[in-house]
Amino acid sequence: MFSYIIRRLLITIPIIFGVTIINFLIINMAPGNPVEMMIDPNLSQEDIEARKDALGLNAPLYVQYFNWLMNLLKGDLGFSMSTFEPVTQIISERLGPTILLMGTALFIGLFIAIPLGIISATKQYSKLDYFVTGGAFMGISIPNFFLGLGLIYIVSLQLNLLPTGGMVTLGGDNGLADRTLHLILPSVVLGIGIAGKKIRYVRSSVLETLGQDYLRTARAKGLREFIVINKHGLRNALIPIITVIGLEIPLLLGGAVIIEQIFQWPGIGQLTISSIMSRDYPTLMGLNLLAAVIVVSANLLTDIVYSLVDPRIKYE
Amino acid sequence: MSLANIKHEDEARLGHVIPMVPESTIKEESYLQMVVRRFKKHKLAVIGLFVMIVLGLMAIFAPIIAPYDPYAINETFSAPPSPLHWLGTDQVGRDILSRLIYAARVSLMVGVGAVAISVAIGTILGLLSGYYGGKIDMVIMRLTDVFMSFPHLMLILVVVSVVGPSLTNVILVMGLLFWTGVARLVRGSVLQVKQLDYVKASIVLGLSTPRILFQHILPNVIAPILVNGTFGIAAAIIIEASLSFLGLGVQPPTASWGNMLTDAQSLTVLSSQPWIWVPPGLLIMLTVLSVNFIGDGLRDALDPKSIK
Repeated sequence: MFSYIIRRLLITIPIIFGVTIINFLIINMAPGNPVEMMIDPNLSQEDIEARKDALGLNAPLYVQYFNWLMNLLKGDLGFSMSTFEPVTQIISERLGPTILLMGTALFIGLFIAIPLGIISATKQYSKLDYFVTGGAFMGISIPNFFLGLGLIYIVSLQLNLLPTGGMVTLGGDNGLADRTLHLILPSVVLGIGIAGKKIRYVRSSVLETLGQDYLRTARAKGLREFIVINKHGLRNALIPIITVIGLEIPLLLGGAVIIEQIFQWPGIGQLTISSIMSRDYPTLMGLNLLAAVIVVSANLLTDIVYSLVDPRIKYE
Repeated sequence: MSLANIKHEDEARLGHVIPMVPESTIKEESYLQMVVRRFKKHKLAVIGLFVMIVLGLMAIFAPIIAPYDPYAINETFSAPPSPLHWLGTDQVGRDILSRLIYAARVSLMVGVGAVAISVAIGTILGLLSGYYGGKIDMVIMRLTDVFMSFPHLMLILVVVSVVGPSLTNVILVMGLLFWTGVARLVRGSVLQVKQLDYVKASIVLGLSTPRILFQHILPNVIAPILVNGTFGIAAAIIIEASLSFLGLGVQPPTASWGNMLTDAQSLTVLSSQPWIWVPPGLLIMLTVLSVNFIGDGLRDALDPKSIK
């Protein structure tokens, strides 16, 4: 067990290393170079070359990568090309709102998926089962921006129930109630995407458990069906579901980019779009790296938790 | 697996006790016939296939079907649906129905194009990885891990913003980035198939490696690739729509269902001109839903374990 965790940790190191290389290469494909974009167009070519030398931009690519990596290890991601603030600072300011949004969305997604998946499995092939499974397909097939726009149209503009976007009402009291109202729509949209994916997963997990011998034993002992399913069945069916929550992180991060844009949610998703628009490559590089590191950590955590919960897992 | 084997051996040993049925009464069902029969049982998948055929025809015959030129600017802009323009006109005055019909081309091209590229790359890497094992396997699989570490949408957004947004770039970038799932799938299947006697026999017979890989191993891993590819088409269509919606995919004036929704980011369009953004949104949903149903139907039909 312990050695599994160590080995799993060790395997993560080359992955992170590879992630930094890919990330560096992508941004290096960008047309133009940062110096030409940032400085006075009246400067002569020699001045530009001198500036590039000073910034190390004329060095071979692997030297540039190595320098960048060394800075990265010191926690230095460079400076934004639009606001000239340190990238780490800009990103960390935006991280809070995104974590809040993703956390709430995950909660909503599971809150929808777990009960529906269980009902669907226990009433397999019933009308309700088809309805839920069909709904799950809708959930994964509807583009989240269309769902977001549709909800803004109906809930905010027609019914006037919730705000159309932002995190707080401008000039409002910034109170908890106000913040909660702003959080509902974006997190529901993201949550529905998660639910769509998870319902099928919960359903098949419960179905598999319901076919196990120990449930037949429980029934044979004369236990009531309610106890058989809820006490003996679900407990074992839900463990794999809870442990693979981490695998939804990439979906949530990708979704956050679009949802934050539609709802003007001031998180890293919105920052991604604005960095793309202003060609702020240092910030973009930092964001892409952060996203990958979050995904790698989530996968690592998932595997570790799973190995703790299910001792049968062994690393080959 | 082992249980099934034992059962088979028993049957083989006791073969003579099984009552012989005159051959003429047994209807031989080919593998393809069986797949078609099972696929037809999945009603939603059949409907999905029908919808996709209609959309495909619509895309191919767009110039004949579309009532107007999708780029032509008409006298009225942002006009609500009328007998003249069934779905109204957009903010520039172009006929929305015609643009919707032409945009089907973009979505289908992206879906098929991106998946064709990623499946080709994934299949070759997966075959090599699974068949050779060792160092080659290690390198390919670590590379897969690295590419899988980026959230799909995030990675493609960054790459497209660097190489510049266009239809070709969107297809190429998606194709070049999304091969990881197929590679893992193919590798897993190859590892299983590799152990089977007929593959060992082909090695002993001295057949060339490409021949073993493509003629003897690949046919056995096509089913999972097909299912995975179908779901991949659905994902690619959604991602193209998302990119175009954000202004980072297919560029206007070329119509894409995604970029037809871009205008709805303004609250005026969103609230008072729903004919501009609702139809393309519904079409994306219908298309993706159909493809997902087809994928589900294929999974049921091709899965040797499911008894239907």
